Amino acid sequence: MSTPAILVDNVTVHYGEVLALDAASLTLDPARICGLVGMNGSGKSTLFKAIMGMIKPDAGTVRINGQSPGRARREGGIGYVPQSEDVDWQFPLSVRDVVMMGRYGHQGFTRRASKADRAAVDEALDRVELGEYAGRQIGQLSGGQKKRAFVARGIAQGATTMLLDEPFAGVDKRSEATITRLLRELASDGCTILISTHDLHALPQLCDEAVLLMHRVLMHGPPEQVLQPENLAMAFGLDVLNRDLPDQDVHARKERTA
Amino acid sequence: MELLLEPLSYDFMVRAIITTALAAVVCAVLSCWLVLIGWSLMGDAVSHAVLPGVVLAYIVGAPFALGALVFALVAVTLIGVVRNTSRVKEDAAIGIVFSSLFALGLVLISVTPSQTDLNHIIFGNLLGVSIPDLIQVLVLGVVAFAILILKRRDLTLYAFDPTHAHAIGLSPRRLGALLLGLLALTSVVALQTVGVVLVVAMLIIPGATAYLLTDRFSRMLVIAPTISALCSVAGIYISYYLDTASGAMVVLTQGVVFGAVYLFSPRQGLIGTRLAKARRRKAAALAV
Repeated sequence: MSTPAILVDNVTVHYGEVLALDAASLTLDPARICGLVGMNGSGKSTLFKAIMGMIKPDAGTVRINGQSPGRARREGGIGYVPQSEDVDWQFPLSVRDVVMMGRYGHQGFTRRASKADRAAVDEALDRVELGEYAGRQIGQLSGGQKKRAFVARGIAQGATTMLLDEPFAGVDKRSEATITRLLRELASDGCTILISTHDLHALPQLCDEAVLLMHRVLMHGPPEQVLQPENLAMAFGLDVLNRDLPDQDVHARKERTA
Repeated sequence: MELLLEPLSYDFMVRAIITTALAAVVCAVLSCWLVLIGWSLMGDAVSHAVLPGVVLAYIVGAPFALGALVFALVAVTLIGVVRNTSRVKEDAAIGIVFSSLFALGLVLISVTPSQTDLNHIIFGNLLGVSIPDLIQVLVLGVVAFAILILKRRDLTLYAFDPTHAHAIGLSPRRLGALLLGLLALTSVVALQTVGVVLVVAMLIIPGATAYLLTDRFSRMLVIAPTISALCSVAGIYISYYLDTASGAMVVLTQGVVFGAVYLFSPRQGLIGTRLAKARRRKAAALAV
């Protein structure tokens, strides 16, 4: 059996008294796309942070391609696409500047860009079809283009594991299809992709597998199976059964609780 | 020409101009990150909180920079402790810590003999810069400037996306600490010229002004120090001819330039953007 790309083994995380992850376990094989589904506060971001080694779990271990998160980070294997709310879109950087940040791990003390770095950035920009927007300030892109810029950063970095936080929030249908195609291409090149999302209807086209999270991993299997109403009910509460479109209900819940 | 050269015939004016321009450049470079991270209040806090450190350093005869660094660290630690271990919010924690430390500095000054020297720390003593002062400012300023410029890309990454910095194996915590350390160092550089009370102006205004003028961080790093240096020299000249407080005049000049940019910047300015909108509307009307 090959080494799993992501191994989360019995990871427990508390924030003070609050339990965020309760002995969560997850094994993801290389070159797979996995959707992480759960409501707000179900521990999705905590799981991301644990995988990136930003928080030290109270118990359990995390391995990326068999390595500790610290080692994997230093080797540049982990790419991260932040949630839109977490980015300052007014920041005075061009799309190219942002993608170049993916190369910093490969560069020297002052992060001076070499020819190879610039070539990698150009290639990544072409790959996400943002070549003509390279000089734009990042806030002047559309929702989908913004996401692609950050995916390009991961590509330029040479990440073998990519974590995407809500990549479809604020993205129109066409861009969603473009991003889906792009991620499928990356996966076929061997990149392992973990996506946290509220957007349940996009999952079957995008993901090879899905995980239902509610502090612990309730279910891990093919998206069609995980998205069965009775399974979603476990993660989102029972009222989801009364609706045809679970994702709308999830959004409505999110607004109510917000 | 005569007007520009006359002040230069005095050695103290030459020293004042060199010190101020240097401090202005270093502060302005640092300010680019401070305004983008949202650390203006932190800049205010650290620049005030170094006062007791500087006074204690004076008393024991240690370098000012050392005392300042120690107290910058104390301030940041205390702010973190108060914020994290009580229900008091960050802005209140910052306010409590820096004003208390500043007060401690004032108390220390009041019980230390040779008060004249130390009072200059509070309001600056631009025209009384001695040769050793100048050398100290020069050394600290060049060190701070060099680190900022060499590490500019890491610092920008830290300001923009600390999570990505972490993900590629850098330490956001260490970069944040580096920036705070440089803030303390820079505060010492600027103390001499404008004094503790007005350092914060030099640490915020140039970055904010440049931010309104460009969409590229690399350009901000050129625009901010250029404007800041020009304002400082202009401020000193104005204070020479109008016979006003020199440190305050420098800050006032920077404030006026910010105001002008705020109103007239082509892309971000209040009037600039309105004019552009009107022009577009006119063009649209003509097209119809």
